[in-house]
Amino acid sequence: MQTNSKQSRYGMLIDLDRCTGCGACMLACAVENNIPPAHAGTTDRTGLTWMRVHRVEQEGNDASTQTVYLPLMCQQCDEHPPCESVCPQKAVEYDPETGIVAQIPVRCLGCRYCMTACPYHARYFNWWDPSWPAGMEKTLNPGVSTRMRGVVEKCNLCHGRLQEAREQAAASGTSVVAGETFVPACVEACPTRAIMIGDLADPESEIARQIKTPGTFRLLEQLGTQPKVYYSSARQWVREQLQRTIASTRTEVLNG
Amino acid sequence: MNLQQYRWFLVGIVVAAITGWIVFPAALYERIEQPLQFSHNVHIGEAVGMSCTDCHQMNAGERGAAIPAVSKCAECHSEAIGTTEAELKLVEDYIKTEREIPWLVYSQQPQNVHFSHIAHTGRANIRCEECHGPHGESESLRPFERNRISGYSRDIWGSSITRVGNAPWEGKKMDDCADCHTKRGVVNSCLKCHQ
Ligand code: HEC
Ligand code: HEC
Ligand code: HEC
Ligand code: HEC
Ligand code: HEC
Repeated sequence: MQTNSKQSRYGMLIDLDRCTGCGACMLACAVENNIPPAHAGTTDRTGLTWMRVHRVEQEGNDASTQTVYLPLMCQQCDEHPPCESVCPQKAVEYDPETGIVAQIPVRCLGCRYCMTACPYHARYFNWWDPSWPAGMEKTLNPGVSTRMRGVVEKCNLCHGRLQEAREQAAASGTSVVAGETFVPACVEACPTRAIMIGDLADPESEIARQIKTPGTFRLLEQLGTQPKVYYSSARQWVREQLQRTIASTRTEVLNG
Repeated sequence: MNLQQYRWFLVGIVVAAITGWIVFPAALYERIEQPLQFSHNVHIGEAVGMSCTDCHQMNAGERGAAIPAVSKCAECHSEAIGTTEAELKLVEDYIKTEREIPWLVYSQQPQNVHFSHIAHTGRANIRCEECHGPHGESESLRPFERNRISGYSRDIWGSSITRVGNAPWEGKKMDDCADCHTKRGVVNSCLKCHQ
């Protein structure tokens, strides 16, 4: 018997005090994961933004109102991911080896139950077949397959990069180290190093230490889905408001 | 029972069975010749004595990376050694013009599948024959058979349409991959094999 990797729990920690809202992560994510340029007629609700930076303003209208930018993607729920249990197709799977909540678009029938179930609105539906301007398809990433009209997709924690890291590890007889050999595109692109990836199951890892520091929280923790994406901020209003308002609709989140 | 009475019914069954099991499968696949006839046997035989890894580098790399580039062939074939037509074509059409040979890969998986040779042949030490059969000793290249509907190679399903009597290495459907994984204790999560 052989197992090719020890049990991991890949997670992220996003430092909201460092995020400047520049959007580099959104771009890097779209390029990495072969997300086509928005189709004509795309609205705020029908685009494909696996990673999406929301602008949240402090509630209350006094002159001292502050703003925080919130990069939001699949929160990788560790326990009973709501999208997984509602899928009639088994097109969503919780990977026991990595903890990644995987979306398999080829299996998806497009019912969109998962989109309704997801408390974070982190899932997106393909309303159009993807298309790229002539010549641009040469820039596609061969390690990630494109999706068709009628299926749901979301952040898979750059699984294409994870597969590449596994392959490199197999070639060199080592194993994958999240944060070193496996780095998702958004983490790599962030100019202020606000996003960190790591293995939560490894108590020695930097991320496992960091999430215990004060000021670290998760979105909608009270739902009990144990998301593996953590956020941190030294500002109290950010922590309080984000845990509250994320429950409302996407547009409301946008406006804070 | 009066068989006469069921005559057309029985004829119908026979026609349906023949269409379903013989005509349709035959029509389903189109046969495409490889761009060049190539004999593995000549190269691994005593005369040349190459080993598989001389041509097939099993490193991490992009899909298709295991097929040798023309520059490899040019090491020996910069001028024709023998007199065969295939070799002349190789020298004239590909080596002298520095074009890559557009080989058709029998075991090509659909685009949404991720496969890594190095994990299988390196770390898990599985021999080529377990998945590819005796291709490494073949004398000539059979035509590539492409499914007209899906565009996939016939080797994914295997030569027998009923899947009865296929050689153990034949067929690389999802279940074939997963069966070996289960046997060897490899976790079958979707994202391991899908991209
Ligand atoms: C002279 C270089 C050379 C050597 C040596 C060589 N091969 Fe190949 N091999 C090729 C070329 C060229 C192709 C592409 C054409 C084809 O499909 O046969 C190929 C294709 C293959 C494929 C086909 C994959 C597919 O599904 O289409 C397999 C399997 C294979 N080789 C196995 C082997 C094995 C096993 C050995 C050692 C016994 C070996 N080869 C030695 C050049 C070589
Ligand atoms: C576990 C099964 C397995 C083993 C073992 C295996 N192969 Fe493959 N091989 C495949 C599959 C599956 C593909 C198709 C890959 C794809 O489409 O991405 C393939 C593709 C190939 C190709 C086509 C080029 C490519 O990289 O896709 C060659 C050449 C090849 N194999 C040669 C070999 C040789 C030589 C060995 C032994 C050293 C070997 N294979 C061992 C399953 C295997
Ligand atoms: C190590 C040297 C060597 C390399 C490398 C090599 N060959 Fe050859 N090849 C030979 C020899 C020797 C013969 C036998 C010539 C003869 O007697 O006809 C031969 C014969 C052939 C023939 C004609 C015989 C037949 O029926 O297939 C073809 C075609 C051919 N090689 C293709 C290739 C291709 C394609 C490559 C690159 C993948 C390649 N060779 C790489 C040495 C080599
Ligand atoms: C003959 C048995 C066998 C077959 C057939 C087989 N595999 Fe595997 N596969 C293994 C073993 C053993 C491992 C574990 C390798 C290791 O030690 O990392 C593995 C690992 C993998 C991995 C993980 C590699 C990594 O880098 O960690 C992928 C992906 C994979 N297989 C895909 C496939 C696909 C796709 C097919 C079908 C085309 C397939 N396998 C067919 C035995 C097999
Ligand atoms: C061991 C590797 C492996 C695993 C694990 C695996 N698949 Fe596959 N899957 C394949 C291969 C290889 C194919 C292509 C060959 C075929 O059609 O069977 C495929 C094909 C498919 C297809 C058909 C796609 C098409 O375009 O024809 C679907 C749908 C699919 N897989 C869904 C899943 C889901 C959902 C899971 C997780 C529950 C999963 N697969 C796990 C290897 C795997």
